[in-house]
Amino acid sequence: MILGIASGKGGTGKTTVAANLARAYGSPAQLLDCDVEEPNDHLFLRGPVREQEIITIPVPQVDASLCDACGECSRFCQYSAIVSLRTTPIVFPELCHGCGGCALVCPQGAIGETERRIGVVETVESENVTLMQGRLDVGVALAPPLIRAAKARMRRETPAIVDAPPGTSCPVIAALRGTDFVALVTEPTPFGLHDLTLAVDMVRELRIPFGVVVNRVGIGDDRVHGYCAAEKIPVLLEIPDDRRIAEAYSVGSLIVDALPEYRGLFMSLIEKTMKLKCAEIGVSAGGYDENQA
Amino acid sequence: MIQELVVISGKGGTGKTSVAASFAVLAERPVIADSDVDAADLHLVLAPRTTARHEFRGGHQAVIRQADCVGCGECLAHCRFGAVRMAGEGGEARFFIDLLSCEGCGVCVRRCPASAIDFPERVCGEWMVSETRCGPMVHARLGVAAENSGKLVSIVRREARRIAEEDGHPLVIVDGPPGIGCPVIASVTGASSVLVVTEPTVSGEHDMERVLALARHFAIPAAVCVNKWDINGEMTERIENKARRAGVRVAGRIRYDRAVTLAQMQERAVVETDADAARDIRDIWERLNERRYR
Repeated sequence: MILGIASGKGGTGKTTVAANLARAYGSPAQLLDCDVEEPNDHLFLRGPVREQEIITIPVPQVDASLCDACGECSRFCQYSAIVSLRTTPIVFPELCHGCGGCALVCPQGAIGETERRIGVVETVESENVTLMQGRLDVGVALAPPLIRAAKARMRRETPAIVDAPPGTSCPVIAALRGTDFVALVTEPTPFGLHDLTLAVDMVRELRIPFGVVVNRVGIGDDRVHGYCAAEKIPVLLEIPDDRRIAEAYSVGSLIVDALPEYRGLFMSLIEKTMKLKCAEIGVSAGGYDENQA
Repeated sequence: MIQELVVISGKGGTGKTSVAASFAVLAERPVIADSDVDAADLHLVLAPRTTARHEFRGGHQAVIRQADCVGCGECLAHCRFGAVRMAGEGGEARFFIDLLSCEGCGVCVRRCPASAIDFPERVCGEWMVSETRCGPMVHARLGVAAENSGKLVSIVRREARRIAEEDGHPLVIVDGPPGIGCPVIASVTGASSVLVVTEPTVSGEHDMERVLALARHFAIPAAVCVNKWDINGEMTERIENKARRAGVRVAGRIRYDRAVTLAQMQERAVVETDADAARDIRDIWERLNERRYR
């Protein structure tokens, strides 16, 4: 079972849910921190870094002695990452998606590829949890390749939680691809509701079964609950607005450790997602194989 | 010269939009831009009346014409984004492009021996020019699960600057996205200054350091403010000290105040209410301006 944790709006509690859930499993669990721009799970699941791997993407390298300045590469590139003005092209590696198209179309065979570092994937052992986190280098724009690299380290036989970045665009898609069930974390405010509706559209597009976690229940109103009822979306968990939770979070403590009375809440989320996933099997998520992460 | 102040945070949910909306109210004749194009919220407070809508075309997408496909699998073999799906096997194999994974590079289009792949432009969202009670606003909506948020952010900022230039507005206030990747880079490059809104938590501290490193990388002057500072006063000091050591100005603190959520529910900016936090935000605004006009 691979459970994705996502949200349209940032700061609704994805990390809180993901890290506490991973610990609440008790038995071995994997946590993939795919918020590679700002990975935070390691602040709550501390432990030794067992492994660090540098992740690169291929970018073009032009051999000027072979180039006849035909400009074919420049015309082909959709990202303006290689530009030729009737000259040997200039490469802008920070714009390159690494598709390999320029090398493919070069009639002179003058374009090879070199590896450009975009970040690292670190593996941290924290009690029952194996945390694998991507960490994008500062100044690098492209998060999805790093997210895919982090997810490639997932082992199928152990339960896994994927902590996705906020938003609804390509990095989130890269993170949620191949997950069996998604929990969308929101808060009962107008911003929370608005961004939840965007996230719901997104997971529906991905055809992954999902439910909602409402965090800080009590700070706003009941519009999120009304929306979920109207859309027949299961509310998986409600976390009350409790200043002690905010204080525990602020110093990097897990709720399940600092406030044991909440442990049952997270256990119930594991059970509910399992049940809902079983009920969904055969009805949804069809058409996608699971190796596509 | 037109000033452009971008409100960012690294970590999401620290209060960027509440702060940016308040600045929009406090500023004199600003142009407002929302560059959090995947989860824009500023319009929920500023209630814009849209005067113009534009399609956002963010590149191309590959589409296989099944009638012409010969089932050779060249597209699958050469796609580096895992966007080609196969159904069936051997001579019966059919191939499809998964639009959500396609990055629109065109490699499959070029490789296909049967020329069976079309490459139409892709509509990835829309951007709007609107009027608000604080001034003109440029905002956008990225399509569901769409690509190219950075390009859309660039359009939003360019249009906001254009309006400011044409109509003589001195300031553009940009409500930025969380993170440090593509849309954030597109939001801050070339801006006059950034304000980082953070919170007194281990995550807020960690993410602020990365977003300040990004500002440094692009040589943009930065200031920091700590929202909900009284959740953890010690952590607030630690964060402020870190910012100062990094040569970044501390613009102030905003207290934890339930009236901030209340303002949001009433579709008002915090400074349009008599919340205690409103005073804190005004102080920060004044401190930022001391520097800007000095």
